Amino acid sequence: MNPERRHLLGWGAAAAMGAALAPGLRLIELAQARSPEEAASALQRWGLLIDITKCGECDACVTACHEENGVVSNGRPATDAQWIRKVSLRDKRTGYAQTLPLMCQHCEHPPCVDVCPTGASFKRDDGIVLVDKHTCIGCRYCVMACPYGARSFIHEAVSGQKADVPRGKGTVESCTLCVHRVDRGETPACVEACNKDGGKAMAFGDLNDRDSAIHKRLRTEPSSQIRADLALNTGVRYQGL
Amino acid sequence: MASVQYREIDGRSGGFYVLVATLGIFIAAGLGAAWTMEHQGHHITGMSNRIVWGTPHVFAVFLIVAASGALNVASIASVFGRELYKPLARLSGLLAVTLLAGGLAVLVLDLGRPERLIVAMTHYNFKSIFAWNIFLYTGFFAVVALYLWTMFERRMNRHTKPAGLVAFVWRLVLTTGTGSIFGFLVAREPYASALLAPLFIIMSFSFGLAIFVLVLMAACRWTGRALGDVVLKRLRTLLGVFVAAVLYFVAIHHLTNLYIARQHDVERFFLWEGGVYTALFWLGQVLVGGVVPLALLFGTSSRRALAAAGVCVILGGLAQLYVLIIGGQAYPQLMFPEKEVASSFFDGVVAAYAPSLPEVALGVGGVALALVLTMLGLKLLPFLPHSLADAAAAKA
Amino acid sequence: MRTVRIAALLLAAAASAAALADAPVIRIERGEACVAPTQEMRRDHMDMLLHQRDRTMREGLREPRFSLKGCVDCHASQKTGSVLGKDGFCSSCHEYAAVSIDCFECHTPQRAARAAAARP
Repeated sequence: MNPERRHLLGWGAAAAMGAALAPGLRLIELAQARSPEEAASALQRWGLLIDITKCGECDACVTACHEENGVVSNGRPATDAQWIRKVSLRDKRTGYAQTLPLMCQHCEHPPCVDVCPTGASFKRDDGIVLVDKHTCIGCRYCVMACPYGARSFIHEAVSGQKADVPRGKGTVESCTLCVHRVDRGETPACVEACNKDGGKAMAFGDLNDRDSAIHKRLRTEPSSQIRADLALNTGVRYQGL
Repeated sequence: MASVQYREIDGRSGGFYVLVATLGIFIAAGLGAAWTMEHQGHHITGMSNRIVWGTPHVFAVFLIVAASGALNVASIASVFGRELYKPLARLSGLLAVTLLAGGLAVLVLDLGRPERLIVAMTHYNFKSIFAWNIFLYTGFFAVVALYLWTMFERRMNRHTKPAGLVAFVWRLVLTTGTGSIFGFLVAREPYASALLAPLFIIMSFSFGLAIFVLVLMAACRWTGRALGDVVLKRLRTLLGVFVAAVLYFVAIHHLTNLYIARQHDVERFFLWEGGVYTALFWLGQVLVGGVVPLALLFGTSSRRALAAAGVCVILGGLAQLYVLIIGGQAYPQLMFPEKEVASSFFDGVVAAYAPSLPEVALGVGGVALALVLTMLGLKLLPFLPHSLADAAAAKA
Repeated sequence: MRTVRIAALLLAAAASAAALADAPVIRIERGEACVAPTQEMRRDHMDMLLHQRDRTMREGLREPRFSLKGCVDCHASQKTGSVLGKDGFCSSCHEYAAVSIDCFECHTPQRAARAAAARP
């Protein structure tokens, strides 16, 4: 075999090896959009930063979320699912009033995951807390355990689900951080709507990425968690609380 | 020790069939309720996204807690060697199994996806106390069945003591697990407490014994078997001690909370401003479930008083669990200290709840199932002693 | 004569019963081939679904080849847009075989391709 051919074969083999190994290796940090064939990675941790001083009476986030995820009202507010809601606060002593959007906080140590008997409530490697409806038996223990009242039990039959968002009677659900959009490299619907039609209060990003906008803001500006005393290390942080 | 004669009940009288038929109707109603809930969804019940565990859970937890306590009498006989209780051990084991079956039936039929029970029994998250409980409940059946077998099979009688010890420890772990279902809930003021597990243990002693006494008295009376005062006196004293112990635990729980400023709002809710929950606490749990039975048990020695005390303990126990389970969920979760909270998801307000017919039917159906299984057990196998007259008991 | 008439009646009944038996209606309206050979799909599609759903849910793997949305998009009836209903691709076989599936209690049986194409 002549030397040129040997070289060519050598480079070809190296390239083939690299191509074979590449999906498994991450020599550089992940860009926001990962390919569909890649698994969620613990190198990333998705989170939200919400500046509630910019929230007024607007509820664009709520409308957008329920539209995106096919969460419809059945006219029964006590049993209708709500993935996100605006909460109004008024200080008992001073009377100071604020509002904020409240959804699943995607805790690092989620109580809902701890208590689920079948492991249906779980945290994905990249920090998104989800319910695996295939294994959910509808016991509602996670609804009891969630400190934020984020979970809803589906009390009646569902039809006309969005293709990306399966939901069904008898299981429990909550904000998925629009995992179907995040996996495509987009932002959650609430964040998109807030930045388009709302007060531009919400930011989404990778909390583990030092170069991300959200990480920079968290590093340089004050922020807090709801119920920080529970030491759950939530993925959703608030400013102005 | 005089050898005790056990005999099945005849179970052929009109009264027996009428009772079985009546209980059968309640069971059918419970099954119908479960069917409707499963097909239409839980929106037909009084439960909501704020109160996810309702009346069925009150009944289910009551039955499960009582089941573990019903085994107490057998444990006193086998583990602590008290001869007087030995003739009662078989019935005690039977009630433990049937009450648990009734409670679990209600719990499973109330699930959002009851057809996924097989998933629950094959996928376990061992960090969840609920998952441990599934093991503990199903294992309890096996352990008590084995225990009963050592009592029934003459050649196995010498193994009754170790089997009884296993059953005793198992039910303590089981009841601790049941109490911890609530005790581990960090985010709910009325619950997060290490006290709940021992409270449930002592509740199980009280409720289980009350049911045992009532079933024993009814079974002996309706089959014409002698039931002497010696046995009843012991059971009466025991029940009184357990009722007093429950009152003590409840008192400690609330007194400790009252000392802590952060818990004042919760205490104000339960003890003063909680509407139906306050009424059920003071009138149901404390008065009917505690003070009245103590007066009946220690004040008089009539059988009717004992039976009445048993009924009161049961009613008080149901009230206690209603306050705990439903009241505990009705009280809003504390997310924003020192703020008034309002939202479309009923944050910050006491959630509304009223028991609905399907829920009550399901719960009562579970009770009926437990009783029917007890009656069938008594008819099929010799659980009940031929006589518990004083002479026989005194010899023991 | 009477026996012949009875025999004829019975034969007719049997024949019509056989004709009424709802044999599955398998209508492939789109695409040249499925993601795997037909025999393999017939034999293994349930295991593939059970395995893949965990990969998607738990690990976030969304290979387009195995997407349930993809199955529905391709196999949904051109007329109804669904894989359920009379002559629906999934329901037709499953009703015949009396194997109930609860996938579509949560997943939509409707084709979403049109909505996806319309997305900006």
